[in-house]
Amino acid sequence: MFVPCGDSVPDLAGCTLLMPAVSVGNVGQLAIDLIISTLNMYKIGYFYTDCLVPMVGNNPYATAEENSTELSINAEVYASPSKKLVALQLRSIFIKYKSKSFCEKLLFWVKSSNCAKVVVLSSSHSYHRNDLQLRSTPFRYLLTPSMQKSVQNKIQSLNWEEMEKSPCIPEIDDSEFCVRIPGGGITKTLYDEGCSKEIPMVILLKFVSEGDNIPDALGLVEYLNEWLQIIKPCCDDPSASALPWKMPSSWRLLFGSGLPPALF
Amino acid sequence: MAATFFGEVVRAPCRAGTEDEEEEEEEGRRETPEDGEVRQQLARKREVRLLRRQAKTTLEVSLLEKYPCSKFIIAIGNNAVAFLSSFIMNSGVWEEVGCAKLWNEWCRTVDTTHLSPTEAFCVFYHLKSNPSVVLCQCSCYVAEDQQYQWLEKVFGSCPRKNMQVTILTCRHVTDYKTSESTSSLHTPFLKALKTQNAREPPCCSLLEQPNIVPGLPAAGVLSYCQVWKISAILYLCYTDVMKLDLITAEAFKPVLSSRSLKGLVKNIPQSTEILKKLMTTNEIQSNIYT
Repeated sequence: MFVPCGDSVPDLAGCTLLMPAVSVGNVGQLAIDLIISTLNMYKIGYFYTDCLVPMVGNNPYATAEENSTELSINAEVYASPSKKLVALQLRSIFIKYKSKSFCEKLLFWVKSSNCAKVVVLSSSHSYHRNDLQLRSTPFRYLLTPSMQKSVQNKIQSLNWEEMEKSPCIPEIDDSEFCVRIPGGGITKTLYDEGCSKEIPMVILLKFVSEGDNIPDALGLVEYLNEWLQIIKPCCDDPSASALPWKMPSSWRLLFGSGLPPALF
Repeated sequence: MAATFFGEVVRAPCRAGTEDEEEEEEEGRRETPEDGEVRQQLARKREVRLLRRQAKTTLEVSLLEKYPCSKFIIAIGNNAVAFLSSFIMNSGVWEEVGCAKLWNEWCRTVDTTHLSPTEAFCVFYHLKSNPSVVLCQCSCYVAEDQQYQWLEKVFGSCPRKNMQVTILTCRHVTDYKTSESTSSLHTPFLKALKTQNAREPPCCSLLEQPNIVPGLPAAGVLSYCQVWKISAILYLCYTDVMKLDLITAEAFKPVLSSRSLKGLVKNIPQSTEILKKLMTTNEIQSNIYT
């Protein structure tokens, strides 16, 4: 359930909710971190749930001594009112058999908050790609039926590729085709529930492998930015490599502590 | 998937934990009524129950609804439990008010109605001279699917905002991330995390990012306090000795100067002796055959 930080429940009507799926490479979560950090979004509440493993730590987006001691938990909601954006960040994995329950509770909250649309940032195992997918862009999108009318034209103008259907049971030759997102965590469940509950939802994902997934996260936010224009390029040169995405201070030591000098 | 040196293809573990999701989906499709029955029976076996051992009854409401308190102190793990036992419990008269009965694959305790002090347990006490001080000694493993049940059975659904919660626990120093090598750190050392509404200052430095405390009952209690705006502090002892150890248990000593614990400890030198005796007794009892 959503629990606000302050005394009153913030009004999320008409906002776009950005959220990650806990998926291969944690790309969706890294992407949401980048968005919260770059836009300086502030915390408006917690999504308190028994579906995620508990976790606590100090403020992952700290910029100074003063704001470094705010406690963060495993599922928090941030807002940028000027851009009508709300971001849900998930920081731990699901407790066994609880992922479907989480999707139901989440989408119930989305519906009751009257969000305009939900954008799920996710990823899928790159080794599951077929030959065509290997030769094309690694980014894919999916739209629920209630989203199709409003954004189909924009999506087509961006030349984006829709996630292809693949055999439901690969071992059987004449199996039916359906959307499969291996390594995508709750992405498929969210998509199915979004379709059946008529929620305007967009899934954006990238084919990735586990490793240093920061470049994948940067790629995914730039893919999202092509459509939503969260941040504008700082100069007119289209070949300028980087938009000013700010990495949060908690992205230090991602691969562990320093090495003992005696090792060398 | 990845190929090893010898050419076999193995499934590389996914740190996002998504293999379980796919297994769950497939299991959901294949599950028969018998499977459902087995799963329900297992869920019933894993239920967390709070009971009053002397009266042999189950608590009908959550523990803190039955015993409202202004101070709740909880020790998780053998070293934190040994510390509270020697310094706090030996300084006053404490009455047992409840015990959490739970079963999981790691918990060797079968019958929690007759617990011996050396077995893993989770027991609640209140101070006889001031029943608004409640203490919990938790040395059993609470599995991740039991943690929220445990929280609900202890805290209930009506959070009490004027409570002060203090949590003591340990973690292995290799979990601590720092730019220098962990082998160069002087262990054990104490770090703290506090909720937004914490009313008292911590007795040691705060845990710096990117360090986090995942999954323990400790993280669950602190998250609950943060969300429901309860004043709480978690004291974390990073150590390289996870079994019962005098130096690790003594590392919690700075916490005795906190506002919550100050009035509860009487004679520190005497308590230190009691702690040493506890360690020696344990050493004599433990060998590779137990």
